[in-house]
Amino acid sequence: MNSAGLISILPFALRGRPVTEPGKRRRTRLPSWLVSWFQVGPLALILVVLFALPTCLFLVVSFYDYDRMGIYPAFLLDNYRELFTTRATWRVYASSLKFAVIVWAITLFLGFNISYFLIFHVRGAVVRTVLFLLCAIPFWTSGIIRTIAWIPFLGRNGAFNQILMGLGIASHPLTFLLFSDFSVIVTYVHLFTLLMIGPIANSLSKIDPALMEAAVDAGASRWRTMVDIVIPLSKTGITLGSILVFTQVMGDYFVVRQMSGGQSASIVSMLSTQIQAMEYPPASANAMVLVIFVAILVAAMMKVVDVRKELVK
Amino acid sequence: MAAGRIGEKRPWTFYALATLFGAFLLFLYGPMFVIYILSFQGENGGVTFPMVGFSLAWFREIFQPGQMANIPVSFSRSIGLATVVSLLTVVISVAAGLGFRRRFPGSGILFYLAVASLVMPSLLVGFGIGLSFQFLGIEPGLFTSALGAQLTWTLPFGLFAMFAVVNRFNRSWEEAAADLGANAWQRLRHVTIPILLPGIVGVAMGAFTLSYDEYARTTLTIGTRNTLPLEIYALISSATSPTLFAIGTLTTGVSFVAITFSLLLVLRMQRRRAFAKAG
Repeated sequence: MNSAGLISILPFALRGRPVTEPGKRRRTRLPSWLVSWFQVGPLALILVVLFALPTCLFLVVSFYDYDRMGIYPAFLLDNYRELFTTRATWRVYASSLKFAVIVWAITLFLGFNISYFLIFHVRGAVVRTVLFLLCAIPFWTSGIIRTIAWIPFLGRNGAFNQILMGLGIASHPLTFLLFSDFSVIVTYVHLFTLLMIGPIANSLSKIDPALMEAAVDAGASRWRTMVDIVIPLSKTGITLGSILVFTQVMGDYFVVRQMSGGQSASIVSMLSTQIQAMEYPPASANAMVLVIFVAILVAAMMKVVDVRKELVK
Repeated sequence: MAAGRIGEKRPWTFYALATLFGAFLLFLYGPMFVIYILSFQGENGGVTFPMVGFSLAWFREIFQPGQMANIPVSFSRSIGLATVVSLLTVVISVAAGLGFRRRFPGSGILFYLAVASLVMPSLLVGFGIGLSFQFLGIEPGLFTSALGAQLTWTLPFGLFAMFAVVNRFNRSWEEAAADLGANAWQRLRHVTIPILLPGIVGVAMGAFTLSYDEYARTTLTIGTRNTLPLEIYALISSATSPTLFAIGTLTTGVSFVAITFSLLLVLRMQRRRAFAKAG
């Protein structure tokens, strides 16, 4: 397994030899693009074999014919036609998109403000590290367990209702808290806010505080400094975080199934039902549509901010 | 306004954001505390309040191979897989991160391929790989299809993390080493790697965590022998017992100890380094 790693380090060894005698110095230099290709080769190989080719495979299978016994090579558009003429498809896409937008807005607000607090307000590297770790520790617990942890928290006799009644805020337990759109959104926010905090904090930490001081010295208000300096300089992080949160919600398999109480479905849980029924061609068509949908969303976000230019310098 | 000196008066935004941060931590830990408490549920109690007595029964349950699930075995499988994934991710993504410092033909395509692999709905990646194995007539397995499926997720993550790390790396350090007569291997071994080390450790830990907790990519590629998240999922669908909560409590406890330990280690190393400098 490690030979892949060795190959990528090899060009370093090939590029120059130890200098023994200054006069007899011989250097065999590979062209720099070849060195780069040695280094990225293993990554490219894995992504092509395990990601690009399987994706092409289900593009092909999405045109296949099928029955109870198996699947048959064909070129049919029936799987797509069926998908687009089913009302459930449109409903589930609309509901996933709704969740994605709401969760994106909340995690963006939380993620940006928390990152800002940790980077610019917290003094001392140790305190900052400890606070970051406090945010990260729950993520070592399985996502499935963190999801179902909300059930005893939000339930009828759950901790939250007990607290509300204990404080006299509510006279009877609130029932909309669990197995509803509300609990789905709460769970998503709980699971995905860290995906926003990471990239945004990374962007913010590259901003020179002197720049902000200069703006203040020049008479800018706190708000203007934020809008004209901090937000533009952190847009790469904001875009990356947004892409991660959006695609996680659109690709969700577990949360809606577990937390909506059967009131809504997600695109992927619908798809997995088809996979379990071995209906591979319609599942593939469904998958293809979702892939294209996500690709368009991500491309649009990357159009707004050229993430590549910012990341790869 | 920002990053003021000690003793300087804090602006009101500090207090507003500190409150928000506090509320976020409450939100983050609220349900976690509920499961910590419920994991000590009495033997006749269920997965919700009220507590029926107090017991350690659910922790004992974890270590006994049960009828529903075999936690110890699936746990060791998860750890094994996560270790391999983490090692491969470090080696491959560090190399790729260094490679991406120059423009090369195809760099754009490869970059977008990595983005696509990262944002692709996880279950679909597993579906594609599972389908490919079926077409090729290969049995899916822990260290073949499942490992591959997880790499399509940890490698782009590792690559993006490396971009952040490599961006802060000043190439003139490498050039200085070259001017002083270091060969390529010496430059890598004594300059590049030590400077990038904190980032590399971050990639390793991140990849380990992602793999250890992976569900959607693994479920269609694992074959017959489950990893821990799959076993947990099976537990949820088949039976509801506080065992799951006990697993959560145990995981948090172990990671808490591990983090505290490594933090203390880092602090000690820093102090020693500062001491060496002063002396």
